[in-house]
Amino acid sequence: MENANFLVVEDSPTMRQLISFSLKRFKNAKIIEAVDGVDALKKLSGPDKIDLILTDINMPVMDGLKLVSLVRQNSQLRNIPIIIITTEGAEEDRERGLALGANAYISKPIQSSHLIKTISELLSV
Amino acid sequence: MSEEQRAEKFLELFNKGKEFTEELLRENQRLRYRLAALETESVAPEEVQRLREQISQLTEENRRIQQRFREVEEENKDFANRYIEIEEQNNNLANLYVASYQLHSTLDFREVIQIVQEIIINLVGAEAFAILLLDEKTNELKAIAYEGEDVMPGVDAISTRLGEGVLGTVAKTGESYYVNQDVEGGAITIDKPLAAVPLKIKEHVIGLIVIYKLLQQKDSFSAVDYELFSLLAAHAATAIFSSKLYSQSERKLNTIQSFLDLLTTTS
Repeated sequence: MENANFLVVEDSPTMRQLISFSLKRFKNAKIIEAVDGVDALKKLSGPDKIDLILTDINMPVMDGLKLVSLVRQNSQLRNIPIIIITTEGAEEDRERGLALGANAYISKPIQSSHLIKTISELLSV
Repeated sequence: MSEEQRAEKFLELFNKGKEFTEELLRENQRLRYRLAALETESVAPEEVQRLREQISQLTEENRRIQQRFREVEEENKDFANRYIEIEEQNNNLANLYVASYQLHSTLDFREVIQIVQEIIINLVGAEAFAILLLDEKTNELKAIAYEGEDVMPGVDAISTRLGEGVLGTVAKTGESYYVNQDVEGGAITIDKPLAAVPLKIKEHVIGLIVIYKLLQQKDSFSAVDYELFSLLAAHAATAIFSSKLYSQSERKLNTIQSFLDLLTTTS
């Protein structure tokens, strides 16, 4: 997939950088960063059409699950694929995230190759 | 039946026999011709030999192709394995690069500690851990940051003397400590962690990173974790040390500035 716009929602600068680093494998990818759910919603209403959202769960102000829920309720955003990337590795957390409408759930620590594969499948590259 | 009738009947039978015999002779002749033709058509011995050699060559070629196919399959497997190895190395290098980049991205002491915590949580995958700093005046190691007090009670109040117990020994010797749970087993306690990594500037230990529990989805340390520990041992130590020095110098600068302001106001 070329020229894709990714929205990375993470409160940890370390994780934002690491995820962005992996996303650079996609040619001409544009990476937009947000530090929490509220910031993400602002970025989603901005000029860039977002092709995929990668979000953490545990964040201040608005967590990732709330963000997923709001995106799925929004008629203009509901079709954007969402990947949850989190330290929460329990099966019930995964099920909860997917039930809210996330397309994939990746537990930290992330493997770059796994992330790339998941994104490629979602964007049908 | 008269003699004449019997003669006619015999003649009739004779003629039929003659026709039948002539028919047999013709068939015989036809078969002879066919046989002769077949004998003419049949492959000459040298042609047979040539064909046999050709078959042999084709069989050999087929064997070689099959052998090459197996070799290519093996090569493909090697390439696939190599690709996975390179992917892993890329991943590891990215982790190390990001960790190093972030550690040196600020001179604010609290931010540096926060980054070390983020690295331990997100890149190593630890659920319960503590960062200890050594007070050189009292020779005491104290927790300045921690995570997971609900799963490792006491992690928030670690305090131990240099040289005492596992943590004190790691701080004194500067040698990392790792427990191989598969081999050693046993309960993880405050003084018997999964890992204790000294934060060192050259050979000078300024503190420890102590890991007590990994995230649920992580069974054990991976190769890159040990690389991260090595990186943290050196880079986190210098980042913490330089940020402490910076904040001290900032405080001193503020004090001097206040003093100078006081002097200029009073004069």
